[in-house]
Amino acid sequence: MPETIEIVVNGEPHGVPDGSTLLELLAALDLDARTVVVEHNRRIVRRPGLGDVRVGPGDAIELVHFVGGG
Amino acid sequence: MATAVDLVRDTPFTIGGRSFHSRLMVGTGKYPDAAMMVHAVEASGAEIVTVAVRRVDLDRRRPESVLHHLDSNRYFLLANTAGCYTAEDAIRYARLGREAGFNEFVKLEVIGDEETLLPDVQGLLEATKVLVREGFTVMAYTNEDLVTALRLEAAGAAAVMPLASPIGSGLGLLHPLWVRTIKRRLTVPVVVDAGVGTASDACLTMEQGVDGILMNTAIAQARDPALMAHAMRLAVEAGRAAFRAGRMAKRDVALPSSPTEGMLD
Repeated sequence: MPETIEIVVNGEPHGVPDGSTLLELLAALDLDARTVVVEHNRRIVRRPGLGDVRVGPGDAIELVHFVGGG
Repeated sequence: MATAVDLVRDTPFTIGGRSFHSRLMVGTGKYPDAAMMVHAVEASGAEIVTVAVRRVDLDRRRPESVLHHLDSNRYFLLANTAGCYTAEDAIRYARLGREAGFNEFVKLEVIGDEETLLPDVQGLLEATKVLVREGFTVMAYTNEDLVTALRLEAAGAAAVMPLASPIGSGLGLLHPLWVRTIKRRLTVPVVVDAGVGTASDACLTMEQGVDGILMNTAIAQARDPALMAHAMRLAVEAGRAAFRAGRMAKRDVALPSSPTEGMLD
């Protein structure tokens, strides 16, 4: 079992297995990578790259999507 | 000879090299529910539909993505930077919106005051310059100040969007003269954004000669949003046609419409 590390997702602390990719994080959160945009430590990671980027302890992840607005 | 249809046909409404049929653009916020939003957007005839970029609610307490309800092949989704109070934040949201969306357009808002939601024009200009450099098609929400509008155009904004009155106020077009002046002095499209309350406001706004109107609350908060959306569609078309037709001169005294000759003794 990989060790659990703590990251920050949308401003809240969140535990993930060490070595997780952003794609695995989305899957663990049951989110559809087609409608969610991922910002990793203030840098946008495009969909094709989500499986290549691994998260480290203390990383800040923002997961955003489109909501109703004017 | 020109047919009636030719006489009515308008020049295309083009922003950033893309042409649109409808001069009415609508927002998707503040609806009682998603079904009402979808009906109203359909009834409005709008092609450009604005959306906001927000955090996904990991607890699923807030509504899901608006993309579950709106067909992105049918509507042109325009991401906004609503809620941003600095150029830096607005640039960040614009980049996220481009990534989430399907185009390089952004409705750029940099707000300077919480009570009035008036724009921070300095931050707006700064963000416009950066985003234009990054290849965005910037539609800039601004006030009715001509000098700011000219600077936004010079900074590369693809459309300048002066307000009719404060966002969500429904007060209608407060300064027709300044909106008209901005339209007269700018080359890029002028779209009035915010403040329209009802159909007559939309009609009066289009009669100033502006290229289009963007609205949200007037439709979303009407008792029957789909019916108000229909009214707005007609009002925008009527106001546009009236502007193109050229109104009669006003007179202070009456002028009979029927002949004064041929009356009986």
